[in-house]
Amino acid sequence: MNSVKKKRISVFDVINILIMIFVVVITLYPFLYLTALSMSSEKYVYAGEITFYPKGFTLGTYKVLLKDNYFWTSYRNTIIYTVLGTLISLTLTVLLAYPLSKKNLKGRGIFLGFILFTMFFNGGLIPTYLLVSRMLQMRNTIWAVIIPGAISTYNVLVTKTFFEGIPDELEEAASIDGMNTYGILVRIVLPLSKPILATMSLFYAVGIWNNWFGPFIYLDDKKLFPVSLYLRNIIAGAQKAREVVGGDVEGFGDIEATIKSASMVVSALPIIMVYPFVQKYFVRGIMIGSLKG
Amino acid sequence: MESRVEVQNAKGIAAKAKVGRSKQLWKAIKKDWQLYTLLLLPLVHYFIFRYIPMYGVIIAFRRYQPGGPVYGSEWVGLRYFQMFFRDQGFWRAFRNNIILSVEYLVISFPFPIIFALLLNELKNLKFKKFVQTVSYLPHFISTVIVVGMIKEILSPSVGVVNMILKDLTGRTIDFVSEPGWFRTIYITSGIWQQLGWNSIIYLAALSGINPELYEAARIDGANRFQQMRYVTIPGIMPTVMVLLILNIGSLMAVGFEKILLLYNPQTYETADVISTFLYRMGLTMNNYSYGAAVGLFESLIGVLLLTTANYLSRKFTDSSLW
Repeated sequence: MNSVKKKRISVFDVINILIMIFVVVITLYPFLYLTALSMSSEKYVYAGEITFYPKGFTLGTYKVLLKDNYFWTSYRNTIIYTVLGTLISLTLTVLLAYPLSKKNLKGRGIFLGFILFTMFFNGGLIPTYLLVSRMLQMRNTIWAVIIPGAISTYNVLVTKTFFEGIPDELEEAASIDGMNTYGILVRIVLPLSKPILATMSLFYAVGIWNNWFGPFIYLDDKKLFPVSLYLRNIIAGAQKAREVVGGDVEGFGDIEATIKSASMVVSALPIIMVYPFVQKYFVRGIMIGSLKG
Repeated sequence: MESRVEVQNAKGIAAKAKVGRSKQLWKAIKKDWQLYTLLLLPLVHYFIFRYIPMYGVIIAFRRYQPGGPVYGSEWVGLRYFQMFFRDQGFWRAFRNNIILSVEYLVISFPFPIIFALLLNELKNLKFKKFVQTVSYLPHFISTVIVVGMIKEILSPSVGVVNMILKDLTGRTIDFVSEPGWFRTIYITSGIWQQLGWNSIIYLAALSGINPELYEAARIDGANRFQQMRYVTIPGIMPTVMVLLILNIGSLMAVGFEKILLLYNPQTYETADVISTFLYRMGLTMNNYSYGAAVGLFESLIGVLLLTTANYLSRKFTDSSLW
């Protein structure tokens, strides 16, 4: 009786499933729409006929986009910034989180207060801008993109919480065997912390990949632009999509909408492709963070 | 006599304690010096990139001269504060900021809760997992792309929304250039971006509810809605309260980057907020002191809100930030 009752699908279940399908469709639709725009010929785009799938299928827009040297340069820059930036951020985060995870470290409270205060109050945009561009002369260098925001206090706290969960006995045993702190960190603690290192790497990598504002205020040199800034300039119209195409390409007419869509698709693609495989790490990150809070 | 001895003794003990403390400190440093060396680099980073800009706020009280000291030289007191207090543009941004923040919080806050509750009712776990995975995706898409999508979808010449509108009414609306539409666009896209991601914390709270409570409710003859009403909702209420208070604490912090990408001079009327106003004054017009003054004012409001929220949190829930 009971099992029959459990298996019965009520009206509520049906409505609920329909709502969920609606959420999925709404979430995915903009991606689908962009992809459809980017693969349609402009004739149909300007007739307003694109809703779900491409019409007059063509990869011409992508060919045009991929011919633009600045697109490739910016894509390469983004990869360099992301890899280097993630490494630096991860290193600094571990260096800070590990000692702070030691409950009996003298001065721990002071150091914690020192970093927590920055979550509460900060100098703001203008003083930071003046520091980076005037005082440190980092303008138009890769460092302006990577260094100023390298450490996220929130990520430090999450990592610290994870380190606190590693049993002390392992480290004590290693210490008795004559291993020093650096050895313990590198050979004992870090191998046990792969999940959190993966999570933090992903948080930082997505942040740097998507960052456009830092590059926007600190970089003038087009050769240093990351793809996010390239995209921002196309979308904001600062760099006309037409310029990308060049005046010599014929038969494309006004392809602003298609070139914009294509560049958005290409720059979101790595995240969309990697995302399903790594999303559990993101969720884990937020869970560790919330357990603490 | 006696009391003097006592005093001396006390002094001696204090001195000993002092020696003991510095000895202890020395011992701690000797024992843990390697841990301290690890801290060095990150702390220097905090000092340079967080604390020097805090000192740099002083530029709000000084006049900046090109070629002069980075954080200004001539002390002008509250001159720049008086300037922006008299600036209509500032008050417009201030008002817009409050309206947008409050509307966003009130409208968007219930969505992840409802979504988590509905997800929790799904019986097919594979389907549930699928919906969850899809719903988190927008959180990872850059603001640039989100705004690009908005502009394409709402475009008056090619966008799908206007094409449907044209079929129905024969007219098109240039949504992103209409001040009346800005808040709707900002809030709707914000819900789209954060619905799934913000539901994670509620799902965690839901999975923490003791299954025996449901069992007991069932034995008492509670149907699914009654179970939701009397077990599930009370079960996640503490989480809801904490998040509400946290959100109040960061109320004024609107999506600066999103607005910067989404607004244009035609929509400043509703779209310009404190942070974007500050950005234009400070960095576009190079009026650093003016911008820093507005920034300091914004930070102080932030601190005030956070303190209030923390006070409320301590009063009404078990948790607080400090």
